[in-house]
Amino acid sequence: MTSTVADDTAAEVPDGLPDALLRVRDLRVSYPGRGRRAPRAEILKGVSLDIRPGETLGLVGESGSGKTTIGRAVLGLAPVQSGSITFAGERIERAGAARRRALSRDLQVVFQDPYTSLNPSRTVGDTLGEPLSGQGTGAKEARARIAELLDRVRLPADAADRLPREFSGGQRQRVAIARALALRPRLVICDEPVSALDLTTQRTVLDLLLEIQEESGVAYLFVTHDLSVVRFMSHRVAVIRGGELVETGDARSVTSEPRHPYTRALMLAAPVADVAEQRRRREAAQASAPTPSSASPSAPASPSG
Amino acid sequence: MSGNLPTGAAAPPRTAHEAEPEAGAGPGSVAPGSVRGGAVRRLLRNPLGAASAVVLLLLVVAVLLAPLLAPQAPDVSSLGDAFAGPDAAHPLGMDSAGRDILSRILYGGRNTLGGALIALAVALALGVPSGLYAGYYGGRFDSVAGWGVNLVMALPAMVVLLASRAILGPNVWVLMIVLGVLASPSFFRLVRGIVAGVRKELYVDAARVSGLSDTRIVVRHILVVVRGPVIIQVALVAGVAIGLQAGLEFLGVGSGSSATWGAMLNEAFQNIQRAPLLMLWPGLALGLTNGALVLLAGALRDVLEERGGGGPDGGRVAPRTKEKPSLPAAPVEAGARSPLLSVRGLTVVYGKPDGTRKQVVHGVDLDVRPGEIVGLVGESGSGKTQTAFSVLGILPEGGRIGTGSITVAGREVAGLPERAHRALRGGTVAYVPQEPMSNLDPAFTIGSQLVEPIRQVLGLSRKEAAARALDLLRLVEIPAPERTMRLYPHEISGGMAQRVLIAGAMSCDPELLIADEPTTALDVLVQAEILGLLRRLQEDRGLGVLLVTHNLGVVADLCDRVAVMSDGRIVETGTAEQIVHSPEHPYTRSLLGAVLDDAPAREPWQQRKARSTTV
Repeated sequence: MTSTVADDTAAEVPDGLPDALLRVRDLRVSYPGRGRRAPRAEILKGVSLDIRPGETLGLVGESGSGKTTIGRAVLGLAPVQSGSITFAGERIERAGAARRRALSRDLQVVFQDPYTSLNPSRTVGDTLGEPLSGQGTGAKEARARIAELLDRVRLPADAADRLPREFSGGQRQRVAIARALALRPRLVICDEPVSALDLTTQRTVLDLLLEIQEESGVAYLFVTHDLSVVRFMSHRVAVIRGGELVETGDARSVTSEPRHPYTRALMLAAPVADVAEQRRRREAAQASAPTPSSASPSAPASPSG
Repeated sequence: MSGNLPTGAAAPPRTAHEAEPEAGAGPGSVAPGSVRGGAVRRLLRNPLGAASAVVLLLLVVAVLLAPLLAPQAPDVSSLGDAFAGPDAAHPLGMDSAGRDILSRILYGGRNTLGGALIALAVALALGVPSGLYAGYYGGRFDSVAGWGVNLVMALPAMVVLLASRAILGPNVWVLMIVLGVLASPSFFRLVRGIVAGVRKELYVDAARVSGLSDTRIVVRHILVVVRGPVIIQVALVAGVAIGLQAGLEFLGVGSGSSATWGAMLNEAFQNIQRAPLLMLWPGLALGLTNGALVLLAGALRDVLEERGGGGPDGGRVAPRTKEKPSLPAAPVEAGARSPLLSVRGLTVVYGKPDGTRKQVVHGVDLDVRPGEIVGLVGESGSGKTQTAFSVLGILPEGGRIGTGSITVAGREVAGLPERAHRALRGGTVAYVPQEPMSNLDPAFTIGSQLVEPIRQVLGLSRKEAAARALDLLRLVEIPAPERTMRLYPHEISGGMAQRVLIAGAMSCDPELLIADEPTTALDVLVQAEILGLLRRLQEDRGLGVLLVTHNLGVVADLCDRVAVMSDGRIVETGTAEQIVHSPEHPYTRSLLGAVLDDAPAREPWQQRKARSTTV
């Protein structure tokens, strides 16, 4: 049932986009199963996608769909079983430690949880200095860059001397964004960067990310489970389910006229802040999906992505 | 590698910026494992810590300055003065061979403490780097090292030491090296365990993506976490090393010739009939050193692991129900009170470690009528969860109801003793938490987790309770309830876990359900199902629901009435339609303004003409 739409996607992007910055082809990731005879757990079952310079590709799916794993594979944090990842014309799916260190200049990440992605015992300045020192930036230059970064994400200049615990979730996520921007990367993997934030904070962080993209031309792989966020943030949207992309297209068409039933179900399931409209959607969703998706008790809970 | 290890609390003292705790975060949200500046200061503020540190420092200084302080060399003996009592030249008297006891104590301390130092250095040098490596990289080295460590730990230390003395000769330093090897597993296991945990932290991933080499990641992110526990372990192992060494010397297994505290004990023991006082001095030195080390280790643990008790009003010192809330002095007039849940003028106060108090809920009025779903909406830190917890009587440590009244089914529950509150929670009021998975015990099956409370509370037999549990699972629309009863929490999905918790909440036929962000941890499709389930339960059973949430979509979907909370106060109440469609308070408007439902989709990508490189 996924194949038709997936083929459609391939047709839309014939042999990929010609000017892609990141090109992922038939990416497979699996982990050894628990127990000796257990089959390997397949997380990604052949995913292909492209991101152009300055473009945002939104990647939507439920927990366990493999959406986070795509980003981690691109960053070298998940083992690639087969398939290729090409960044700026270079194959990186098996890049060694030294190559990875060099890649960190172009390829960065903002993780979901701003509470655990910052070392609680290091000051914000230490955290921001980390990528700089990794590239051998001098201390004075680094200090100037840190000040510039803090200003860019609208944190006070004295934030550099303070610890993460003195900041709210939104402010911490700004620190994480500043860290990702420190080396002026060309692609940032945003792994659910606003899921842990309050509504109003979420909006300001999204606005900040958009603004940075407009200015710097950085590309984002924006991973989220929230269709309204992805619609707001992305030029194109890919919907992932069970380790396979089921639908890809520009943000408006995927989120307004979804072709795949799964995308439609996702859309109808997200409650909207409008009482009458929500009632209508609820009834539509009930009509289209009679069986609950969590109905099988055998579906194990799995970590996001 | 061991050169990297700080031997004292190495964090440079920094002015501790006092964190302004978010109201919702509650106390105790201090980052674990962080050894902050001021650790030394806090250690010295702890009376036991300060005393033991001073004693140790004096001992070490005295021993180091032995050549200056000692009246004479340790081995100068004048047999004529054997067993002479204290006098001006020899303040502690002379021993059986006419040697000055003070001198021998001071010089002996060099051997005793020096030996312990060697044992420690060896143990650290072996245990810490290998623990770091095994914890960080895991894999084959980890398994091999694990075997080796288990083997060493299985060896009886005293026997090995005696055997090594027989083979390697009676040299106390060699014996201490052997002891160091024997003690290294304790460091290995400690470090390996901590590192393996930290290795999975997102900030370590972030550091890798930042292009840091493994060495740098270890130095910057891992050693900091290992530091505190290793310092504590050093104090403990030092005590053990001194004790074992003294024991060997006392048995006469040591080097024999040079003065050590253990050897002095040995000599004194041989003359215990003639001069019992000779036992006192080396015994005192050993006792003081070991006692101080043990106390210091305890104090270090309190300081470095932030386990110190709170201030006068803090945490565990004051049981939360001890102080009865003073009921409102002025009668609260805020409309007719609901027969089901009615909150008037509620304040919630937290005692902070420094003795001050922080109010996080400032006079909340709230009603839930039978059969009504009321949304309590706000951002994190707005006090919405604190309000819900007050009703349930489960405020976290240090928090308590300051003033105000909470009635549930007409009964005042503010200030209710814990036992009565528990009965209330088992009967009239039920609770559905935010994180379904962490509220199920991974060690028990779903069935037993449902059946046991039902038996306890309703006094049913096991069979009746099991039948009721099955009914409940059917009630929450779990397919194959018999099978689900036998499953463990890790075998079910998050949505199923939430259904199980709702089933548990429904087991005692509650009239009021308090759901704290019941769908925040769930995916949208599962969220829709859980919301549907809550709606059906409310319709079928006339349940009153207090739904704490920050999601305005959930509010629009489920709630009859809504209270919007900001900064510990309710800023606006109304029907769901009023709040969502014509909000009056600016805060409510800002919340709605942040909703992305109506935001336009982003325009398709276009080739950029020029790129600026500034970020």
